[in-house]
Amino acid sequence: MDVPIAYYLVLSAILFSIGVAAFLIKRNIITVFMSIELMLNAVNLTFVAFAHEWHRVSGQIFVFFVMVVAAAEAAVGLAIIIAIFRARNTLNVDQVDLMKL
Amino acid sequence: MHSQNYFWNYLPLMMQIIVAVGLGCSMVTMSWLIGRHRKSSVKLAAYECGVPAEGDARGRFSVRFYMVAMLFILFDVEAVFMLPWAVIYRRLPAITGSRMFGFWEMLVYLGFVLVGFFYIWKKGILDWAQDKGDL
Amino acid sequence: MTANFQLLRILPEVILTIAGVLIMLIEPLLGHSTSRKPLGWFAVLSVFASLAASFAQLGMAAGTAYYGVIQTDAFSVFFHVLIALIVLVSLLVTIDTANANTESLGELFALMVFGAVGMMLMTSATELLLVFIGLEISSISTYIMAGFRRKNVKSTESSLKYFLLGSFATAFFLYGIALIFGATGTTDINAIASQLGTSAVPMFATIGLGMILIGLGFKVSAAPFHVWTPDAYEGAPSPVVGLMSTAPKAAAFAVLLRIVYVAFPALHAHWQPLLWLMAAFSMTIGNLGALRQQNVKRMLAYSSIAHAGYLLVAFTALSTDGIAAASFYAMSYAAMNVGIFAVVSHASGYDERLSLISDYRGLAYRSPLLGGALGFFLISLIGIPFTGGFFGKFYVFASALHSGMVWLTIIGLVNSGIAAFYYLRLLASAYSKPTNNALLDPMPRASFALLLALVITISGTLILGIVPGQILAMSHNAAVSLTSGIANPAPSATHQ
Repeated sequence: MDVPIAYYLVLSAILFSIGVAAFLIKRNIITVFMSIELMLNAVNLTFVAFAHEWHRVSGQIFVFFVMVVAAAEAAVGLAIIIAIFRARNTLNVDQVDLMKL
Repeated sequence: MHSQNYFWNYLPLMMQIIVAVGLGCSMVTMSWLIGRHRKSSVKLAAYECGVPAEGDARGRFSVRFYMVAMLFILFDVEAVFMLPWAVIYRRLPAITGSRMFGFWEMLVYLGFVLVGFFYIWKKGILDWAQDKGDL
Repeated sequence: MTANFQLLRILPEVILTIAGVLIMLIEPLLGHSTSRKPLGWFAVLSVFASLAASFAQLGMAAGTAYYGVIQTDAFSVFFHVLIALIVLVSLLVTIDTANANTESLGELFALMVFGAVGMMLMTSATELLLVFIGLEISSISTYIMAGFRRKNVKSTESSLKYFLLGSFATAFFLYGIALIFGATGTTDINAIASQLGTSAVPMFATIGLGMILIGLGFKVSAAPFHVWTPDAYEGAPSPVVGLMSTAPKAAAFAVLLRIVYVAFPALHAHWQPLLWLMAAFSMTIGNLGALRQQNVKRMLAYSSIAHAGYLLVAFTALSTDGIAAASFYAMSYAAMNVGIFAVVSHASGYDERLSLISDYRGLAYRSPLLGGALGFFLISLIGIPFTGGFFGKFYVFASALHSGMVWLTIIGLVNSGIAAFYYLRLLASAYSKPTNNALLDPMPRASFALLLALVITISGTLILGIVPGQILAMSHNAAVSLTSGIANPAPSATHQ
């Protein structure tokens, strides 16, 4: 028996929301960055669920590309975080506030 | 419709979890009840593969490991496109309408990967001993 | 269609990719003390070549390639040319600004070229997958470029903020695509349109469109998704800011035009009010925010938020005139903004010696050339007649009025008035006599690269302001080709 698609969609919506909430609440740059990865993976889940529902492979191909781009983003993001850490020895976003709004 | 008995599909999983947790708990409890307790300093030390534990668990790693990790992510994820390609390789001539087109496309792709590899090599990232403080 | 013929449709991107890869290969082979500027000139040449290739595409019949993921038509060529010109000028300004303190300059050139590839792909893609890839190629390049002064705390901070908010926006954009895929079973923009045209619009499609608007709203820095803009622009190197405040935005606007006008005309009752609000908020917040800035780059950042608002006004017009006005405005804003950042880059140098408005005091006396150019671009940004800025605003508001957007036009006109204050403040500072002797040092001599950049931007702004006919016709063709829909030629043939 198949799991109904609504379950997947609700799960991915919850994951995405957790990602958004963590992005806004968390104070450590690495954690903030991880929440973005969580959002991207929630999107992947949605794509795969819909690809299964429509019996179309294009959704799964999309997931491949999202994974590759997420890896590239992770590499760049970590490099930026290292640069920040070298420049000021903290990973707390509240202290990265040289430029106030 | 099927939502009534839907969760019954998970019954074997539930049983598995109960058995696994029960087994673990019972083993710990049994050895605590039956076994002898001798609190020597060797017994109380953290067990780490038989090697004496050293330093703090939150110790920092040299940043040169981060470079390796980052490159691993990038070169690892590139295989993602090679697997689907390999799966349908025999049908590619029919799909693309050309005998070798699919083959050359993958070579172009690998060529770009190779360019990246050449770049990090020439930049000296693969030189383990060198400090990457300026990178 | 043969493979070679298809290749012509992505020729500008192919040229730039090869050029970028070559720069990347040569860079590590050069010695530490070798000048990287020849690499910059090589990049400039490759951008010229891709510009020529874009124009050559005009000669071909509009059509699609590679299983319909790429569509070259007047619209894509218009934005290709725009992006190529912006990158060209930014490369020239970078060549001019770089000094002995600049690290790995060759990589900066390669990144600019790669970024251009991504932006160009965005404008010709008709498949959301390719739009996403183009968006990420351009975004990731710009994240790195923003943090290019790695030892500088402000630059890394700018890069981090840009990166975090940009990735956040990308996730929203992707979730929107996923929901639209769920609603229609396709990610092809033309197929989405025909799918939605035949049946009642599913709820997922509406939510998905909203998510895409949020994602692209971040990318074009429209209020209320603008918070990252001032920080990202203040810390990033000035030549890069000139690029990232115009080219990725132009590409994102092109994608937005394609998505709302080609894929979702059926939902215009939903997106039009949203864009109306975004336009009004962006103009007001941008201009009010700019009023209280002391830092020139922050002021220009808020001004770019405001200009994104003016551009969005044209989106709400729901007509080919609106699309044409938006394209025209994108070009005129790019000309003057890249130009003003060329002046700012040269005046403050790679180490950003001048940052506050008061630091620009006496600029016109120190260097009449820079002062004159600064004044000219500021006048164009205000929107005084005979400059590109004036005609851009004129067409935008005319198209909005034509569609009955009276209130939005009034908000826009009031904002244009407010904007004059802060632009004039910088102008007055640059043209007042310096009180301090230290500020009297003559500027470093303008290099050939800077002169070329200024000639391109000034003549561009003047052409757009005095004889806009040709470019207006181009933007009109672009708008027509966007709305006529080549993928299904049968319906468009019956219209004519």
